[in-house]
Amino acid sequence: MSTLGKLAVVGVVLAAAGVASFWWLSAPQELNAEELSRLAAGGDAARGEQVFWAAGCASCHAAPGAIGEDRLTLGGGVRLETAFGTFVAPNISQHPTQGIGGWSVADLANAMLRGVAPDGSHYYPAFPYTSYARMRTEDVADLHAFLTGLPAVADAAPPHEIGFPFNMRRGLGLWKRIYLDSSPVIAFADSSEAVTRGQYLVEGAGHCGECHTPRDSFGGLEKGQWLAGAAAAEGQGTVPNITAGEGGIGDWSADEIASLLESGFTPEFDSVGGSMASVVRNMAELPASDREAIAAYLKAIPARANGY
Amino acid sequence: MKFAAFASTAIILAGATSGFADPISERKDNMKDRGALMRVLAPIAQGQQPFDAATVMDALEKLNADAQAAIDIDVLWPAGSETGDTKSSPRIWSEREAFQAAVDKFASDTAAAVAANPQDLPAFQAVFGPVASNCGSCHEAFRL
Repeated sequence: MSTLGKLAVVGVVLAAAGVASFWWLSAPQELNAEELSRLAAGGDAARGEQVFWAAGCASCHAAPGAIGEDRLTLGGGVRLETAFGTFVAPNISQHPTQGIGGWSVADLANAMLRGVAPDGSHYYPAFPYTSYARMRTEDVADLHAFLTGLPAVADAAPPHEIGFPFNMRRGLGLWKRIYLDSSPVIAFADSSEAVTRGQYLVEGAGHCGECHTPRDSFGGLEKGQWLAGAAAAEGQGTVPNITAGEGGIGDWSADEIASLLESGFTPEFDSVGGSMASVVRNMAELPASDREAIAAYLKAIPARANGY
Repeated sequence: MKFAAFASTAIILAGATSGFADPISERKDNMKDRGALMRVLAPIAQGQQPFDAATVMDALEKLNADAQAAIDIDVLWPAGSETGDTKSSPRIWSEREAFQAAVDKFASDTAAAVAANPQDLPAFQAVFGPVASNCGSCHEAFRL
């Protein structure tokens, strides 16, 4: 065989190896049997309602600006306009075909904790499973029990408007290998009960970092700038620094932080706007101790100067 | 045609001169004043500060004055003031009618609160709740 021929063979072998390793590396990573066994006991709908508000499901999956009972009608449709395209929140109502009425608790857990759909495809991280991955599987079981009691919506939400190459979902498997990490963001040597609960709410269910932390050019969170504020990942403007660093909220008391989460008013009686207004409606549904826990956590994390 | 162009230019210029030289800072001042008045009213409504009818009425009247001053949205949010040091959402200009409706609702709720002339805490709380709810709902749609 000529040298050129040998090189061609090597090239083909390398290309095949590349395709094979891409396929292997980008494969969906579903929950294992041990993790799924923790879902077997079933969930509690009353506890699940607390998980529902903490996780902010209604902010994207209910109609934009929905208040009161309308927040439980989860037909989707909220549009997140980002640098990668426009993501449209899907219908997660109990409709058996348009929504997720046919989902088992394991389907919901794989979606929220691993970003994997029942058909084995990857979800886009506009669905904040990068944060939900830090949730307890038991909380997902409770949430499933709550969701099954909500109404069915028959209308399908419109599809995402995502161009090439981001419309190739398989590639998200590689993205997840870099950015999907269920370990805590902040390592506390020793933290109070309130800070521990606050960490769970902020880093996990509440997914605060998804908006308040800057992203790199691949859309992954820059954890060294945790909660330091960011150019808005969706929509326009900036999202505030909620650490005690320069430009942040170091001069707010813990009570003032907890109060904002209930009323929407800052210590200067400005009122939060944009997507935070809906977050406040969710947080207001939680027990006061949870809002105080979030405040305690925000007081305990490293101070960072503005991340934008 | 030339006359029409001239006339519309004149109208635009007249509109500009009747407005503020710096609408962004004018509307910020208006909003900050509302915040300062909320700082007086909200703690009273929440029972953290004692109810005093004169204090409450004074603040409600000033809040109503701020609200009425913003009704002509072409003055505080004219075309061309979308950009700059502002957190006003582009939706103020793309959804003009909805924004006008939100501004009108706040002005009507503050006027109703003043007209109610609350003389005790329950009466004040009854009119203050609807007023305060405007802050969040309008900011959700129209502020970044």
